[in-house]
Amino acid sequence: MTLVLVEIDAGGVIEVSRETLTFARSLGDLVDAVVVGDLGDAARDQLASYGVRTVHHATGEAFDAYAGAAWAAAVQAGLRASGATHLLAAGTPRGMEVLAHVAAREDVPMAANVLSAEGSDPIVVTRQVVGGAALEEMRLAQSPTVLTVAGHAVEPRPADAPGAADVVDLAVDVSEADLVARVVSTEEPEPDLSGGLRSARVVVGAGRGAGSADGFGELLELTELLDASLGVSRVVTSLGWRPHHEQVGQTGSRISPDLYIPCGISGAIQHWAGCSSAKNILAINTDPDAPMVTKATYAVIGDLHEVVPAINAEIRRRRAG
Amino acid sequence: MTNVLVCVKRVPDSTSEVVLTDDGQAVDGRYAGFTTSAHEECAVELAAQVTGADGGEATVLTLGDDDAVEQLRSSLAVGCHAATHVVAEAHRFGPADVAREIAAVVREHEAAGRSHDLILLGNDAADSGDFQVGIRLAYELGRPVVNGVNQVSVADGVVTAQGAGPEGHETYRVPLPAVVTVLEGGVEPRYPSVQGRMKAKKVAIEQRTPATEPAGPDRVRLLLPPPAPSDVQILGKGADAAPAVVDVLEKLGVLSR
Ligand SMILES: Cc1cc2nc3c(=O)[nH]c(=O)nc-3n(C[C@H](O)[C@H](O)[C@H](O)COP(=O)(O)OP(=O)(O)OC[C@H]3O[C@@H](n4cnc5c(N)ncnc54)[C@H](O)[C@@H]3O)c2cc1C
Repeated sequence: MTLVLVEIDAGGVIEVSRETLTFARSLGDLVDAVVVGDLGDAARDQLASYGVRTVHHATGEAFDAYAGAAWAAAVQAGLRASGATHLLAAGTPRGMEVLAHVAAREDVPMAANVLSAEGSDPIVVTRQVVGGAALEEMRLAQSPTVLTVAGHAVEPRPADAPGAADVVDLAVDVSEADLVARVVSTEEPEPDLSGGLRSARVVVGAGRGAGSADGFGELLELTELLDASLGVSRVVTSLGWRPHHEQVGQTGSRISPDLYIPCGISGAIQHWAGCSSAKNILAINTDPDAPMVTKATYAVIGDLHEVVPAINAEIRRRRAG
Repeated sequence: MTNVLVCVKRVPDSTSEVVLTDDGQAVDGRYAGFTTSAHEECAVELAAQVTGADGGEATVLTLGDDDAVEQLRSSLAVGCHAATHVVAEAHRFGPADVAREIAAVVREHEAAGRSHDLILLGNDAADSGDFQVGIRLAYELGRPVVNGVNQVSVADGVVTAQGAGPEGHETYRVPLPAVVTVLEGGVEPRYPSVQGRMKAKKVAIEQRTPATEPAGPDRVRLLLPPPAPSDVQILGKGADAAPAVVDVLEKLGVLSR
């Protein structure tokens, strides 16, 4: 039996949790889910379509506000109720935190950001380390095996045969100590300035190659001409050339435009993490061996301060003609 | 007065190409160099801010080889007052081992009359990416833990910690002693002043050996992901490539508006 901690938001089961359910089915055992807090019919139906047998549901005052240790107590109750030998969650901040609590309480190892699992007794997982720049094979010899699944490790896919998704209330023993570190208030998120960037059809990117805070004129012009958004590398925000909400990458926004035009960006793994879902990439870079160039669909080798003005002029010329 | 312990790790600089050691057990940082991760630089800054505000003492701790003293000195140069070095090969220690070692230091300091009311760590190490040392440490010590926040302040024996949650900006208020793990983004780490560097050189660093033999990280080996095959189409060089670029823009239908 495999138990999956599933996260739910206003739109139902979040995508990475659906990926994790898909991953869980690949382990071969039956799959149960544990849900803390609101469930809802739509989410229950989704869990059924993803092949979940039983939904262990923890509700009550202890879960009104988030506390990592209290959630862990709920997951442990789910482990006992299901008899699961594998415990999975999506590699989200909550998933990582709650499973780390469970692993500490059960005194077993935890593997974070797993991409694949092989064998049994022991299971050997392959997981992302060094921000995805390297992989680690790790042995999980103790029961329960505890792991989080890296985002986009698998495509979310409903099961061939739906599960019953019977909802069973969990009796959870939450101690006072489990509620000491608890969210006391949640503020509405700030107006999200990066929303436009994340949903843009075309993104013009700028990195260290822009040269200075004054080096963005022609890039902003191209952005304007293409009705695009500007996205930048961390070097650019760290140097204070552009605001943080324009940053693309692991610690910035994830974008998925039809076309991304990174100019003077090397394509470090942490930047790539934010732009790898772009359908087409047209890189402009002086270095033909830069990772961004070799990973791109199209590339121009050259100084962006020469190439970009020429592109702007060509667009204007064609529009006029 | 809050006495803070902040835990940092010497990690290979992963912004350039990653190279593995021959035995596949660690990242070889000899070419790229070593650094402290952004999360931990922010944890050090928060330690400096908390103790700067109330006159407490900030101690920086690392478990690492001899060279990791560089990370301790850098932290001393930006506001930490004392340093503890558990001299060991970090890659032989799993996350539970590291938590146990930090807990051993905390207990021993406490027995000697030096309490660490607030313990700060990075949310996850930039190399091993285990996402659990802070939480395991909290269980070792029987303390509450707040995870993944980027702002921390202390008043009247209570730590207020804030960060981004799935539904908005979250606040925790937890009585000390407590453990808090930090994500970058909430504070700007300060640059060391000349004076700070001078002071850092003079601090005597407490050197220790590990308290127990590590169980190890359950690592079979590290590997590099296969390079993605490149099928890039080079449109040209320099300004002359502009017409070919605009042809592509037209083909992709992003020119019309
Ligand atoms: C934990 C962690 C998280 C991180 N998160 C992020 C993140 O979210 N986003 C992010 O972007 N980075 C992130 N980074 C940093 C990342 O590793 C790189 O340092 C950064 O992306 C590099 O930015 P860059 O490409 O602009 O600069 P560089 O790597 O210096 O590359 C500059 C590129 O511009 C080219 N160039 C120079 N001059 C010109 C010119 N005149 N015309 C054309 N090309 C030129 C060069 O050939 C080179 O390829 C993170 C790092 C860490 C450790």
